Amino acid sequence: MNILEQLLTEAMQIALTALAAPLFVGWVRMLKCWSQGRRAPGILQPYRNLLKLFSKDILLAENASWVFRATPYVVFGTILMAGSVIPVISSELPLSASADIIALVALFGIARFFTALAGMDVGTSFGGMGSSREMMIASLAEPAVLMTAFTVSLFSHSTSLSVIVKYVQGLSFFLSPSMAFVFFAFILIMLAETGRVPVDNPVTHLELTMIHEGMILEYSGRHLALMEWAGMMKLFVFSSLGIALFSPWGIASDVAGVPFALLLVALKLTAIGVIVVLIETGMAKMRIFRVPEFLGTAFLLATLGMLSHFMLE
Amino acid sequence: MTHGISIQLNNFLAAFILLTSFALLAQRRIYGLLVIFAWQGFFLSLSSAIVAYTADIRHLYVSAALTLLLKVIVLPYILYALINKLNIFREVEPLVNIPTTMLIGVALVIFSYHLTAPVRELSTLFTRTTLAVALSTVLLGFLMMITRKKAVTQVIGFLAMENGLFFAATSATYGMPLVVELGVALDILIAALIFGIFIFQIRTTFDTLDLTEMEKLKEDS
Amino acid sequence: MLIVSLLGVSLFFAAVLAFVGDRRFAPELNVVASLTSFVISVALALDVYRGGPSVVAGEYFFVDSFSVYLVVLTTFVSATTAYFSKNYMRFERAHGKVSGGKMRFYHAMYQLFIFAMLLALLANNVGILWISMELATLATVLLVSLYRNPSSVEAAWKYFILCGVGIALALFGTILLYFAAEKVVGQGVQGLLWTNLIKINAKLEPRVLALAFIFFMVGYGTKVGLVPLHNWLPDAHSEGPTPVSAVLSGLLLNIALYALIRCKVLVNMAIGGDWAGKIMMGFGLISMVIAALSLYRQKDIKRMFAYSSIEHMGISTFAFGLGGPIATFGGLLHMLMHSLTKSSIFYTAGHASQIYGTQSMAHIRGLIRANPKVGWGLMFGVLAIAGAPPFGLFASEFLIITAAMKTTPVLMPVILFALVVAFAALFRKAQPMVFGDPTHKREDVNFGSLPVYLHMALVLFLGVYIPVFLQNWFLGAVEILK
Repeated sequence: MNILEQLLTEAMQIALTALAAPLFVGWVRMLKCWSQGRRAPGILQPYRNLLKLFSKDILLAENASWVFRATPYVVFGTILMAGSVIPVISSELPLSASADIIALVALFGIARFFTALAGMDVGTSFGGMGSSREMMIASLAEPAVLMTAFTVSLFSHSTSLSVIVKYVQGLSFFLSPSMAFVFFAFILIMLAETGRVPVDNPVTHLELTMIHEGMILEYSGRHLALMEWAGMMKLFVFSSLGIALFSPWGIASDVAGVPFALLLVALKLTAIGVIVVLIETGMAKMRIFRVPEFLGTAFLLATLGMLSHFMLE
Repeated sequence: MTHGISIQLNNFLAAFILLTSFALLAQRRIYGLLVIFAWQGFFLSLSSAIVAYTADIRHLYVSAALTLLLKVIVLPYILYALINKLNIFREVEPLVNIPTTMLIGVALVIFSYHLTAPVRELSTLFTRTTLAVALSTVLLGFLMMITRKKAVTQVIGFLAMENGLFFAATSATYGMPLVVELGVALDILIAALIFGIFIFQIRTTFDTLDLTEMEKLKEDS
Repeated sequence: MLIVSLLGVSLFFAAVLAFVGDRRFAPELNVVASLTSFVISVALALDVYRGGPSVVAGEYFFVDSFSVYLVVLTTFVSATTAYFSKNYMRFERAHGKVSGGKMRFYHAMYQLFIFAMLLALLANNVGILWISMELATLATVLLVSLYRNPSSVEAAWKYFILCGVGIALALFGTILLYFAAEKVVGQGVQGLLWTNLIKINAKLEPRVLALAFIFFMVGYGTKVGLVPLHNWLPDAHSEGPTPVSAVLSGLLLNIALYALIRCKVLVNMAIGGDWAGKIMMGFGLISMVIAALSLYRQKDIKRMFAYSSIEHMGISTFAFGLGGPIATFGGLLHMLMHSLTKSSIFYTAGHASQIYGTQSMAHIRGLIRANPKVGWGLMFGVLAIAGAPPFGLFASEFLIITAAMKTTPVLMPVILFALVVAFAALFRKAQPMVFGDPTHKREDVNFGSLPVYLHMALVLFLGVYIPVFLQNWFLGAVEILK
């Protein structure tokens, strides 16, 4: 690949993250509606929501500081950055070299940190409550995420996503208990990190249960649009991370393969949407005090994955 | 079935056995414990059958069948009947909280990995890697016994330990000679019956199955 | 042939007693069964004494002077205990403590227990040894909870769980041993036979055997009741019916120690040096000291003597760990003396608690006036167990100390300290029980004093003079354990 082609794929990757994320969320919501026997608002509804929000005025609280105003841009930027380093259509992403899997975790950390700050900034009780819960979950999820990342990188002896993708692509089929464990750990983490059902409910505005919604309750207009969009991208980014780590087949290594890779990614995302909805429908949201155990399980699974990598493989 | 695939399958089952050992530690409901225990026995029996097939050892089939019968059907059923009869529906009460238990468990796994290193180096069997898992299962069962209050959970911990021992025999040596294997199985069956009798005795004499009630026998009483 | 009939007798009577164990003649039948075993075991011992070790029944069983010595001891003490249990259990039944069904159970399990111990001693197979050790535990665990009161159920549960865990670890050791042997002789029973293992020990992988020994030590060590794995022992030995306490303390501990010693000999041969022995010495020493110190704090009479058993097992373990002809001879003698003395003490202690209706030492006072036979029996027993000359335990302890003085003089103060503390504690506790002012509440018991005096006479006799045949016998065993 020459530099131009690389830049082109990188641009496509960024565009895909930003533009396909609402579509993916629309797909998930549509499935969810169907699973509950409701009529779906159409797969494009998230775009309409975003457009509507962008066209509205911003209403700021009197005591909102610069943190509150800067947060939407920071969050949107970091998540987009995260999306740009995950090799989901081509393993030859130039930016992928700039950030490995640990940096990726850090990027999510920044986004989360600012969201929590913004939640507390205005000083409403819901915001503070949301922030504190978010940080509790974050502090528990982080070790699990890192343990998962380590286990995955043990195989390829590298934390770089591109290298991991290429390594896993080169493997012939084999039963790997550690990969199985890590895969389940990853699903649990993904549900927690993207605020899906057993941990948080993305559609509720019920005071006692909301976490992510609590933090962004004070946002409006453009800010809210950016926050929502970032949230959608986060789900998308995690899904692409899952694809890159556990099912990287079909990810292109040159420009010619990109269209085919795009098609495959679309198919995989469709499937992931089904899985997410199945999990969400099958589980009830758990009490906040059970979340540590949920994430503890994820951590344990990741650890078991690492142990069985050493012991059995 | 080629050799390579049986190794992978066996390792996979070993990983699942390890997972079930941890699940036993994490599970709060007694019924859940029984189900997990039965699964563990199932994986164990499957693993022995695979080893029997791959290494072509006849008597291991007998052991596998015995495990299936005893650990997957008979013992869980006895315990199930016992639980129903005694109405023990309350949750499992751990003495040490579950996350701490888990961390200790992880440490135990690492410990057994190192402890079994000499065997792993010397062995030429394809099952040698699973010995560490077997010892972990033994130690995790032990951990379960010492961190739980209820008699029934202790029994399940004990039986999980026995599972680990059986697995160890399979992975270190393709199973002990049949005489020994049968004797051990008989002992376990008797032990399980005695456990059953005991649980009744504890229930009738203490009116609870909470073993923390059993602290009469102290040095200065 | 003798071996098979020896095992057959106890198994047969176990089955018979399971049906008729509540009849009037059942206790006598129990005595007859145990005596028959004893007679056969003496014949077996004579065989071994004349013809040397033998392997029979397709290599499944074997005897040498070490195991046959314990076989005779086991059958002898179980016979005398059966005789003692005759009166004791009648008293318990008359006082409504045990029902007919329980008597059947008790008698059947008593014989099954003897069967399991004999099987452990006679089996040539490490796996069968394990199975019979477990069987012995299983047979006694429900005997401990025979009275069904809270403390006995608790004791039995503890006994079951802790010994179950311990013995599970011993099984892991057995697996490792089989693994090492399988490398040399291949799959099959051959890899578990003692007689085979001893032959091929030079080829066994030392590292695996060392690992196996750690598991054996912890596993069988739990059954021996070595500190810090002793928690179950005082409970189990004090809460069951007294005859059960007597055989548990007097016999089962020996069997567990026997298993441990066999393993030690094998492992030491394979890895060279005396690594296994050192571990045993360590456990023995700790057990001695902790048990001796614990004696002071006891309030329950049977519990106190249970701790004394831990102490003596510690001494024996130490002696066998020390190795060498003198210490091993001392260890063998000590096992014998301890069995005889401790069972006799339990007979008297059992009757003492029947007389006063309690096991609390504070309420047992003035036995010498309440029942002189029991009183003197207890006094002699305590003197003997504390190691006062001229009783046999003095002789064996003296031998062990002499050996220890030569090889590890550093440990001498510790050993002597433990012995002195134990002596003082036992004497201080026993003195008021025997000579104090009698309390009022009393019951008459029908004391069959024969076993006590028989045991004490033997202990006294062997303390003064060891007959030549016994000496040769022991020297043969020492040769095996070298």
